[in-house]
Amino acid sequence: MKSKNVITAPAPTLNPPLWLLAELTYRCPLHCVFCYNPVDFAVHQNELSTSEWLRVLQEGRAMGAVQCGFSGGEPLLRDDLELLVAEAHQLGYYTNLITSGVGLTEARAARLKLAGLDHVQLSFQDSTREINDLVTRSKTFGLKQQVAHIIKSHGWPMVINVVIHRLNIEHIGRIIEMAAELGAEYLELANTQYYSWAHVNRDQLLPTREQLVRAEQETDRWREKLGDKMRIFFVSPDYHEAKPKKCMNGWGNIFLTITPDGTALPCHTARMLPGLTFPNVRDMGLNEIWFDSDGFNRYRGTGWMKEPCSSCADKEKDLGGCRCQAFLLSGDANAADPVCPKSSHHHVVTQLIADAESRAAGTADASAPWTTEQSVHPLIYRGPKESLRLKSEEMKKE
Amino acid sequence: MSDIANRLRIRAGFRLQWEPVQDCHVLLYPEGMVKLNQSAGEILKRCNGEYTVAELITDLEQTFQASGLEQEVLAFLHMAQQQKWVNYV
Repeated sequence: MKSKNVITAPAPTLNPPLWLLAELTYRCPLHCVFCYNPVDFAVHQNELSTSEWLRVLQEGRAMGAVQCGFSGGEPLLRDDLELLVAEAHQLGYYTNLITSGVGLTEARAARLKLAGLDHVQLSFQDSTREINDLVTRSKTFGLKQQVAHIIKSHGWPMVINVVIHRLNIEHIGRIIEMAAELGAEYLELANTQYYSWAHVNRDQLLPTREQLVRAEQETDRWREKLGDKMRIFFVSPDYHEAKPKKCMNGWGNIFLTITPDGTALPCHTARMLPGLTFPNVRDMGLNEIWFDSDGFNRYRGTGWMKEPCSSCADKEKDLGGCRCQAFLLSGDANAADPVCPKSSHHHVVTQLIADAESRAAGTADASAPWTTEQSVHPLIYRGPKESLRLKSEEMKKE
Repeated sequence: MSDIANRLRIRAGFRLQWEPVQDCHVLLYPEGMVKLNQSAGEILKRCNGEYTVAELITDLEQTFQASGLEQEVLAFLHMAQQQKWVNYV
């Protein structure tokens, strides 16, 4: 253990986490095909109790975390949400609810306001009912509009988050217009990151380069038109950018995620990485988890890197990109993120992009690309049954 | 823009607080945080809807036994309004 710690020495100034992300539950009424919850979420039962969450909130705040996000799954499925928000608020966190909107009734909104909730991030899937229903396998389009009004009527700042992919990217102008009409202060156009369920459905979701260029131009037009009425973030599509991102702003640097069963992670998908163990808040305090655990120290700083990262001039800037992406695309979690042109696995990414181009070229109706493809390769919807099926398939392969 | 007879306050959705771990004032907003240096923290602390801008400047000058702070404070408040951290009551 000692010698390993020398190699993976943390960055010289290790600060406490600023963000505590409380994933209260993996349960969710939606079945989004790009969900970032782990594909095997259904095997992780045994949610933390109210009193365990209260202790987590207290320990995180004592360390100095200032932002607290309540997410899931759908956090509104926990009926102790109000109680947890009230405790977080009273401890001095800025409290963020990250929700699909399902379950945010007028009565619950009023209780959350009373509890001190500071901000709501509402997910939208599209500007059309058809695509909303298609990618979530739910009938929630009208409900989301109502929830947006409830959020505004309570005076919360509203962030609308829309995951962008091939099935909605052509609607981006209308999506922006809709968010502005609903009164959002911020709009996040989050190009899909291909992990978890989005990785399973990548062929269906990956847009073409031309679509991305047009989407960004359209976004810029709307930025100019709306001025500072609504801030729009266009989260860069990293397969196409060929530029590794400084994932999570550095491993174990800002974010501390606690999963529904109490596993502590440096990011919400890190659980997929092989050969790493992550501590559970039921067994260990947050302080020890953050500063001392192997899981949190493993990829801190640059000491863990190998070539081409270790001699790269940009290594401090991008920290080698995303570890989960490195593992998913190259099979090696210690490799350079294959989105980087210097990676020996970069051809995997260029091939995926080329495949997306040829699929688009073979699609008769570009405005409805899903119609011809669905029969060939159906979308796989997030849900407990699919989760268990995919898990057992994976175990058979091993 | 910087009418010194008006009162400013921290905008709804933003929160100013002292963080002992960071040893500074911070301004919190949806999913983000700005760390403030001492003078920024002292100015924003007084954007509480009670002081006019003129009173705010006088109070700062008295508290820190300084004079001629007006230009610096107005420049900061101008930036703070552009950032949407504060607005007029």
